[in-house]
Amino acid sequence: MLPSSSRYVPPNSPTIDEVSINERVDKLGTRSIKTTAKIQGLKLCIAMMDLTTLEGSDTPGKIETLCQKARLPITTRDDVPQVAAVCVYPPMVPIAKAALAGTKIKVAAVATYFPSGQATLSERLDEVRRTVEAGADEIDMVISRGDFLQGRYDKVHDEITRTVEACGDAHLKVILETGELQTLDKVRLASDIAMDAGAHFIKTSTGKVQPAATLPVTLVMLEAIRDYYQRTGRMVGMKPAGGIRDSKLALKYLVLVKETLGDAWLSPDWFRFGASALLNDVLMQLESQRTGRYQSDRYFSLS
Amino acid sequence: MSQKPSDLLFGDLWSYAPAPESPSHAKYDKRLSHYIDGKFEPGENFFPVLNPATEEVMTEAPTADAATVDRAVRAARVAYEKYWRPMPGKERAKYLYRIARMIQEKARELAILESMNGGKPIRESRDVDVPLAAAHFAYYAGWADKLKYAFPGVDPRPIGVAGQIIPWNFPLLMAAWKIAPALATGNTVVLKPAETTPLTCWKLAEIIQEADLPPGVVNIIHGMGQTGAAMVNHPDVDKIAFTGSTDVGKIIQRAIAGTKKRLTLELGGKGANIIFEDAAIDQAVEGIVNGIWFNQGHVCCAGSRLLVEESVVDQVVMKLTHRMQTLRVGDPLDKNTDIGAINSRAQLDKITELVQAGVDEGGTKHQPVCELPGKGFFFRPTFFTGVSQSSRVSQEEIFGPVLAVLTFRTAAEAIEKANNTPYGLSAGVWTEKGSKIFAMAGALKAGVVWGNTFNKFDPGSPFGGYKESGFGREGGRHGLLPYLDLGGC
Repeated sequence: MLPSSSRYVPPNSPTIDEVSINERVDKLGTRSIKTTAKIQGLKLCIAMMDLTTLEGSDTPGKIETLCQKARLPITTRDDVPQVAAVCVYPPMVPIAKAALAGTKIKVAAVATYFPSGQATLSERLDEVRRTVEAGADEIDMVISRGDFLQGRYDKVHDEITRTVEACGDAHLKVILETGELQTLDKVRLASDIAMDAGAHFIKTSTGKVQPAATLPVTLVMLEAIRDYYQRTGRMVGMKPAGGIRDSKLALKYLVLVKETLGDAWLSPDWFRFGASALLNDVLMQLESQRTGRYQSDRYFSLS
Repeated sequence: MSQKPSDLLFGDLWSYAPAPESPSHAKYDKRLSHYIDGKFEPGENFFPVLNPATEEVMTEAPTADAATVDRAVRAARVAYEKYWRPMPGKERAKYLYRIARMIQEKARELAILESMNGGKPIRESRDVDVPLAAAHFAYYAGWADKLKYAFPGVDPRPIGVAGQIIPWNFPLLMAAWKIAPALATGNTVVLKPAETTPLTCWKLAEIIQEADLPPGVVNIIHGMGQTGAAMVNHPDVDKIAFTGSTDVGKIIQRAIAGTKKRLTLELGGKGANIIFEDAAIDQAVEGIVNGIWFNQGHVCCAGSRLLVEESVVDQVVMKLTHRMQTLRVGDPLDKNTDIGAINSRAQLDKITELVQAGVDEGGTKHQPVCELPGKGFFFRPTFFTGVSQSSRVSQEEIFGPVLAVLTFRTAAEAIEKANNTPYGLSAGVWTEKGSKIFAMAGALKAGVVWGNTFNKFDPGSPFGGYKESGFGREGGRHGLLPYLDLGGC
């Protein structure tokens, strides 16, 4: 029970008209991205990718394969950027660090007992500290959805601020798990609380719950970031994760960013895709732009 | 609290490449013809028809003189007596369904023609105009055999020959709004499109001929104001339906006074878009954009007056300024264009004049920084702050992408201001509180009140105005009324 002198006042978040959000998403979905815009957009998607593997069956060999793909997505051309980061479970961090040595690719790790977050606060903070010590550049944490849905916004806020501290120099992405929050009003409120608490990035989902990232949820979060930026002058990044499997969809996300937040957010410093299968689809699209033909997936190495 | 919106940069770090729809799909003649009694007949006194985005002459259209109007009306009369009135409703319905299907089949060509001739973005013609036009025919096809059930206790009868005059802002759609209910109810039609936008109606005549509609049931003639006057004054026309300016509507109403002609008018508007502090503000801003910048503001029911609760006006103005920066003004045939060309030089001059008046009266003009194409009739989206209810930009219908921003402090004041206009066509209410929407809708003197949305149309939803916005409704069951004789009701 928090003493009343430090009672947290949750932000006065606006409510969201879901019908209008869906319409805006649909209308922005009609943007026609062709030729040079498509090529530039696709390359930006790669540069913004957090190449991810978060499976119980992950092994050092799996991580090394992923990191090799991250360093060299495609061998037949040299104008394709490296991905922004790889995203792995905490025990895999040292392996990823070693496999990516000498590159600018970041090692992001999920922590706070991802994906459920069902552990005591001290257990979660301890995992974060250990993971940062192991060399993680970025931490993706999960909020306590149970506390949030109970209305314990003070607790949610407090846990995030403590996690920011535990991260030290590492950047913190706060996963809202929007599929469990369910309404856009709640997504907006959770976004505002996370930003108030010092998040560097807000992230849609763990990818372990359906629905994961969606365009409407992303638009709501981008608008939250915009309002926060107007109010405080601090930029916060955004990461949709899970369910973004093809280039066409990824480009729609980029359109949302471009037309909501503008040029400053169109960079890996401020926008990431949490994805794995997306990379090869983007590469296939880039190759088809170059050659005029779609190749089968055998021509694109597995990660 | 006033904030500079310069912090967000909507630049060209990642710019959209041109995404043009190809005009080669659209086929049209170098000279258009009238469509009378099931045949295309050559006319006389041709006038040029322009593409407002390029100022090039696309084709030329004939002017129907009084004799041509007479022939069209007589063809409609014969068709009414011989084919259309005796035909059972379900047979009439089949023609209407067929026309709806053919519009869908030729959707791409129609959308391109509409954008080239009228100036509106291809995305709008493709996603709004053409689908809604087909939907109107399909909807009224459904009523053709159910008229007995439309008005309880009455077995309605058609009126006869309808003379219909439509404007240039939604040419194909307005033709559908007029022709579909008239035909469904058993009437025959002589229709004249606006002189700047005859092309899609001419194409519709091709469709009607291909649909094998009995000759004379629909006649499409071309011309300017005088042709319209000849239609209005023709003694054998039973009903006039007009959509256009309030001034011309008044002329028509005077002209038919003392005659047996029935009349519906769908005229101008100065719609109030009302945003309360408890609105979902970002979405309300989207509603403002859709309300006044959709179709370049060439919409009779445009939300051209923004009434914002004072406590949120700074926030709304800031967000609107940002939002304006991502509006793309340009080639109507580019799929990424949001705001196309103004329909004509005359309309562009009118908009320019009224915007200048707004500046001269002391208002602050807000426009995005963007390049306009070198030729063509283009105007940047605009809004005014620092204007009042008595400013010209708040009172006169501009019929362009220009918004007047006003404030209010209580709901009662919002209602009073919204109703303080000779017009009464549309209004929008933005609030997350449901009871407020219902209360406002009841108090606003507007034929259409949109709640948390704007410019939404459906063939089942009646549309029309109060006061100087006209009378009569189009769409829905109510849209049947103007074309029926209810036998002394």
